Parts: sequence; structure tokens; C-alpha cells
Amino acid sequence: MIAINNLTFAYSGQPPIFQDYSLQVDRGEALSIIGPSGCGKTTLLYLLAGVRQPRAGSIFIDDKLISRPRPRSGLVLQDHGLLPWQTVRQNARLGLTIWGFYGSDGRHAPADELLVSAEADQRVDAWLKKLGIDGLRDQYPLQISRGQRQRTAIARTLAMQPDLLMMDEPFSALDAPTREDLQNFIINLHLESDLTYLIVTHDIEVAVLMGKKILVLQKGCNRETQIMDNALYGLMEYRRQNEFLQKCDDLRQLLGSLT
Amino acid sequence: MSRRLNARAALIGLLMFFAIWQALAWIIHRPIMPSPLQVLPIFGVSLFGNLGVHFLASSARVLAAIGLAVITAVPIGLGLGQIPRINRIFAPLIAIVYPIPKIVFLPVIYVLMGITDISKIFLIALIIFFQILVVVRDEAANLHPELILSVQSLGAGRRALFRYVYFPASLPAVLTALRVSVGTAIAVLFIAEQSLTTYGLGYYIVVETYQVLRYPEMYAGILAMSLLGLVLYFVIYNLELKVNRYRTEEPN
Repeated sequence: MIAINNLTFAYSGQPPIFQDYSLQVDRGEALSIIGPSGCGKTTLLYLLAGVRQPRAGSIFIDDKLISRPRPRSGLVLQDHGLLPWQTVRQNARLGLTIWGFYGSDGRHAPADELLVSAEADQRVDAWLKKLGIDGLRDQYPLQISRGQRQRTAIARTLAMQPDLLMMDEPFSALDAPTREDLQNFIINLHLESDLTYLIVTHDIEVAVLMGKKILVLQKGCNRETQIMDNALYGLMEYRRQNEFLQKCDDLRQLLGSLT
Repeated sequence: MSRRLNARAALIGLLMFFAIWQALAWIIHRPIMPSPLQVLPIFGVSLFGNLGVHFLASSARVLAAIGLAVITAVPIGLGLGQIPRINRIFAPLIAIVYPIPKIVFLPVIYVLMGITDISKIFLIALIIFFQILVVVRDEAANLHPELILSVQSLGAGRRALFRYVYFPASLPAVLTALRVSVGTAIAVLFIAEQSLTTYGLGYYIVVETYQVLRYPEMYAGILAMSLLGLVLYFVIYNLELKVNRYRTEEPN
């Protein structure tokens, strides 16, 4: 589904973070991306989302060159990117509102889907309900908790029915029950609908729980990266098994060997 | 922006205002300081006659100037705020021009633009323009880059970003700048209306009443000008409260 070919990227005036880097991700994959801070985890999501452009090389998603955001890719950033002056419901609807603003032009919005306003409302309300925040629909982001903001951002993305979901540190700063709740939610979504997801994290346990494959980035320039297989991902019971702890240890060692 | 001014507080303020005025009228006891009891009936009657026409003329000029300033300053401010490279070029120029009292350009504007209403509107718009330009620019520059990226990832191009992010983000600052500059705008209007027109409160106060010693009528004009400032101030203030609702921590 994703093909990164000979990617080179650097922020202006800084050494490259990726050089001649290639990666393939299959459809239906669940990929954790881990590495020390400054290793380019978030940058990789920006590049895949099409909001940053490579210096050289190319990124294809579904055989289409990514030169701008792709309507069916969903991106949830660490600080949620909610508009503070809009209510939870307005925020959750923002993606569909923007689609409506452009019409189904195939560039900003998918060409194959034209939602009338009432359908968009319904779809947003359904996601708010599924994520358990429909009671907060008229509140503003400053009035709700971090976890609730995270859910709002997820609802906004899921309302656009993405086939690729990219999340940056989605579970950091959430309390344990909220975190497990959201983790289950995303894993179930992935299992039920063949959703491909990429989760950026610095947390070893999150990486092992969520990633069928775990991509390890390093500080400095990434040319070749290591990928760990992790077939038992996704099951909450897995957390309490020895294999889980063993996997975490392996990953910890691998990360340690890179710095 | 702490509290909404309620009706009771407004009434108390008005009563104090007229009480002090009445006291001054008794103390000074000269024609230049008539009692509000003499002025208010004249004000009430002439606001629906001759004075009303001047009031409308002044209001129209201020509103046109506000409109002109907003539709030019907001896009330019957003542009400068979004594109640091261009902002760096113009920032020193704006810093120098911003504090110049724009009224000194009055003669230049009259000569260049003629003595029609357009030159008066332009002068007032110039004052408001710089106030709005600066706040919109700074507001757009201070927006979190992650917020922009995140909305871009939803498919927003430049037009949608303007409509859903930049414009609503700068709206509170635009209103604050307007509220602060509307007093200066009306002061300049007062001066600009004293010549080269036969309509407007400035003309009414200075030429039609003051120069022919009709002091009570002059005070009716002063009241009308105060009313203009007051109404504009509170309309903007209430809009500000409305667009700032989201900043309150309490659910509403």
C-alpha cells in the first residue's frame, strides 16, 4: 500500500534525517514506529501525509505519488490540532466540512464521494457516539480533558473513512483506563475493517502492543532501518504474557544498540 | 473583558454622568455650560430632524472606513503573518508608519483625493488599517504550525485554511483592534468634518452651532457624537464576548 522509494529529507539548514531510504508497507498492516526523540518519527508521518515534501525520492500510496494530502489518509497529531473556537462536534466535522467546501474535486476531497450536509452530520454523530463523547458535542476543546480531545481528533479523522490511519503519540499523557480503551478501539477497528495504521510512539510497551511490525528509527540519519516482527500484537491478554515482556526486552536492547 | 455591562450598571453610570454635568452647569453658570435639562429635550427632538441627518452622515463615514480598513488590512495581515520572508521586508516600514498620527496627512489626502467624502473615509480607514494590520499579522504568525499541518492533512488548501483557520483565529484580535481604534477614528472624523462638507456631526458642532453661539444645540451635537462612539464601542465589545466564548473554562 505504501512504497517509499529512495527518500531523502532534511529540514532547511540541518543534516538529513532520511537519506536514500526505502520502505514498503502492505495493506492491512499495523506498524509501530519507535525511536529516540529527534529520529524523524513524526517527520515520516508528515511526509506520508503529504504535508511535507521529500528533497529527493518519492512516496507512493496505492500507486499514487504523494505530492499533497491524500483524502483517504487520516493523520492525528500529538497535540490533536483541534480548533479552539469550534465545539467538539464542529471539530469532529471539520474534515467533512472542508470536503464540502471544495466539493468532490478529487484533489482536496475524494472524487467518488459527495456527502450532503445531513449525511455528514449523521456520520459525525455516529463516531462521537462510538467514541463515547457525544455528550460533549457542544463543549469547546479547552473545556474537556486530554483524552476527550484525543477522541475528538480521532472522530474527526474516522468520519472521513480513511483506509490509512497515522497517529503521532496517540496514547501519551492519557490515564491507563483511557489509554487501554482507545488502544482496544483502534485495534478492533483495524481487525474489523482492514484499516492500515501507523503509530508513532516512544513507548516500548505501546510499540509492542500495537505493532504487527515495529519499525525502529535511529537518531541521526536513517538509511536502513530495522523491522521487528510481532505476530502476537493487539491482544490485551498478550500484555500479561511472558512473550510480551520478552519482546519488550528485545526491543529495548535493539534501541540501546542504536544509540 | 471581564464582565458584561448590565442594564443596572449602565443606568447608574448615566445618572452619575448627568448629575456631574448638572453640577458643573450650576457651578460654572455660563451659557457655554448649559444644563442637561435644557439640552436633552433639544437632543431628543433634533435627533429625529436636522441633527439626525448629520448623525447618519457621520455614522456612514465611520462604517465605510471600518469596512474599507477591514477588507484591506485582514488579507494583507494574514499574508504577512503566513509568509515570514515578506514580513521581514515590510516589518521595519510598518513599525515606522504605525505610530504616525495619520491626521497629519489630512491636507495631503485632500489635495490628492479631492474634497469628497472619499478623502475623509480614506483618512479614517488609514488609522484603523494599521491597527488591524499589526494584530492580524501577529495573530497569524503565532498560530501553532502543528494546527496548520493538521488541518492541511484534512485536505485544506489555502482557501479553506483562510476560511476555517486564519480568519476565525484572527477575528477576536480584529475586534479588539477595532474597539481600541474606534475612539481615535471618531476624533479624527470630528476634525475632518469641520471643513469641506456640510454634513456630519463635526460640521454640526463647529459650524452650525458653536460658531453662531447656539450652545444648547452644540451640546446636542456633542451628545450625538458621544452616542456614536458609545454604540460602536459596545457593539464591538459584545461581538468580542461572543467570539471569545470558547476561552471560558466553564461549559455554557
